[in-house]
Amino acid sequence: MDHPTETIYYVGIDIGSTASKTVILDETGTVDSFVLPTGWNGRETAQAIREKLEESGYARRMRCVATGYGRICVDYADKVVTEITCHGKGGWQLFGKNVTIIDVGGQDTKIIKVADGQVSDFLMNDKCAAGTGKFIEVMATRLGASLEDMYRLAEAGEPLAISAMCTVFAESEVISHISAGEKREDIAAGVIHSVANRVSNLASRFGISGDAALTGGLCASSYFMRILSEKLGRPVETHLFARYAGALGAALTARKLG
Amino acid sequence: MLKLPENFESYAEARKAGFLRMKDWKEKGGNVVGVFCTFVPEEILRAADAVAAPLCATSEEPIPAAETKLPRNLCPLIKASYGFALTDTCPYFYFSDLIVGETTCDGKRKTFELMNEIKETYVMQLPHSRSEAALESWKGEMIRLKEKLEDFYGIEISEERIKKEIRIRNRERKALLGFLELGKLNPAPVSGYELGTRLDGLGFNFNIEERCAVIEERTKEVYEDWKQNFEGKPSRRPRIIITGCPNSGVRDKIIKTVEELGADVVGFDCCNGTREKVELVDESMPVYDALAKKYLNINCSVMSPNDSRMRYIEEMLEEYQADGVIEIILQACHTYNIESHYVKETVTNQGKAYLMIETDYSQSDKGQIGTRLEAFLETIEK
Repeated sequence: MDHPTETIYYVGIDIGSTASKTVILDETGTVDSFVLPTGWNGRETAQAIREKLEESGYARRMRCVATGYGRICVDYADKVVTEITCHGKGGWQLFGKNVTIIDVGGQDTKIIKVADGQVSDFLMNDKCAAGTGKFIEVMATRLGASLEDMYRLAEAGEPLAISAMCTVFAESEVISHISAGEKREDIAAGVIHSVANRVSNLASRFGISGDAALTGGLCASSYFMRILSEKLGRPVETHLFARYAGALGAALTARKLG
Repeated sequence: MLKLPENFESYAEARKAGFLRMKDWKEKGGNVVGVFCTFVPEEILRAADAVAAPLCATSEEPIPAAETKLPRNLCPLIKASYGFALTDTCPYFYFSDLIVGETTCDGKRKTFELMNEIKETYVMQLPHSRSEAALESWKGEMIRLKEKLEDFYGIEISEERIKKEIRIRNRERKALLGFLELGKLNPAPVSGYELGTRLDGLGFNFNIEERCAVIEERTKEVYEDWKQNFEGKPSRRPRIIITGCPNSGVRDKIIKTVEELGADVVGFDCCNGTREKVELVDESMPVYDALAKKYLNINCSVMSPNDSRMRYIEEMLEEYQADGVIEIILQACHTYNIESHYVKETVTNQGKAYLMIETDYSQSDKGQIGTRLEAFLETIEK
């Protein structure tokens, strides 16, 4: 591939617990983006990303900022910044206004208030998998469904109560629903509702200022968006690129490095 | 003849040394009263010729033993302290003649019942408000503690003696406060890690004169170094105040980490910080009234309401030129956890950054806490 040598690429890499997102910017806008599964070894993932960047010629002249759980695995990064700051900056760019970003990730849930392009306050649910993507993943495995199936099943179901506060106990609750012969659809709906409940309680207790916006892996599900918006009693918006909010924020930070 | 614990030979060197030091102290006729909390008036213990041995534990080690009797979902400080008592591994508990507890939080209050089965535990009934009636009742508790000690040791304690101890302790408060308030200097002349560690270490030196001398010397040394090398060169490092629960057990996980990430921890609004030291005992008042007044004014979250803590935090923000406050909540500490609502309001109303961290003595959340601290500093740096 032919790239003019003077082009500098600003690369943001967000190594999440489940997926690793990369966004490439130049001076004017977004040039490229891609997702890779994180797998078990963050270092290998970072290496795989580097190879992709090299193949596409972005690595020739780049400034790179890494974020996410695996940020320290990106040994070629010029700077590491936490995912909270990056989600704030990325969210500001995507939504263009003061928002409260709800980021439901694979390992934790973050509520981030963004005012004038900066993170003004944040809350992280990091002690427990309930209310995270991990919860849905665990329950999907139990129901023998893929993540996509989960949302499809849930949409056709009537939510059963899943009230345990802990993923491990909630799994037992799901198992007892299964053995009681409950419909998969209803259990799946119960799982999604339970996550939406937890996220909504967390966000409400923290307080939402500006509009609410969802980022992270779960924003791909319009069903989850709808349920969360019902629970919060307010519209929740998202953006086609919302999954990349952290990586975008990292790339924007890289652009600031000059 | 004093006996050492059964498993003494298996203990690590530092612990063995602690036991031998305490044994030596006792053999020379020293009385030892174990205490947990700054609400217990050390003046009265000292008037009974007893030293106050601090029993608040900061280690994860004895927690599994404690959990054989106590619920898991309980404050790590209580579990660790009880665990040490249960396993004979804390020289201070082991060699205490008597334990003096207090009805601060529910967790401690009920644990004292279990502790009493291991060693006699006398509990002071601390009121949870600052009304006239509360003050009167707390004064009664001062007198009852004196009577308990008289009875226990078969001695008499005079008001003159208590007066003398009040003067000594006031002097100590001033010395410790002088050290802790070095944090008001800008740039910070000493790390928050050192401020905390030194203060903890002093608690185990039972000679109050020596305690004062050591800390006054260090204060002087630090101040002179600052004056010579750093005055007039303010640093860009964010200045942080720590508030909330006692933090010695999570000092490495939180205070050390935040300083390594590029901030200075300059002030401590907590019971192992300035909280107990900012108000002296009034030397002109009758002793029991003076003690009751001083000790009821400690800004612990068990007090309801506790507005004076908010006023103190506002004062600290200004005097320490702080950029942010990190509140440390030990797992299952309901009073601090709930009161954090007001602390956050107080701090953010002053336009300063606030972060609350709920944690315990384990290392399981080290990574996540690191991320949160890092993000918190990023919000201050802007």
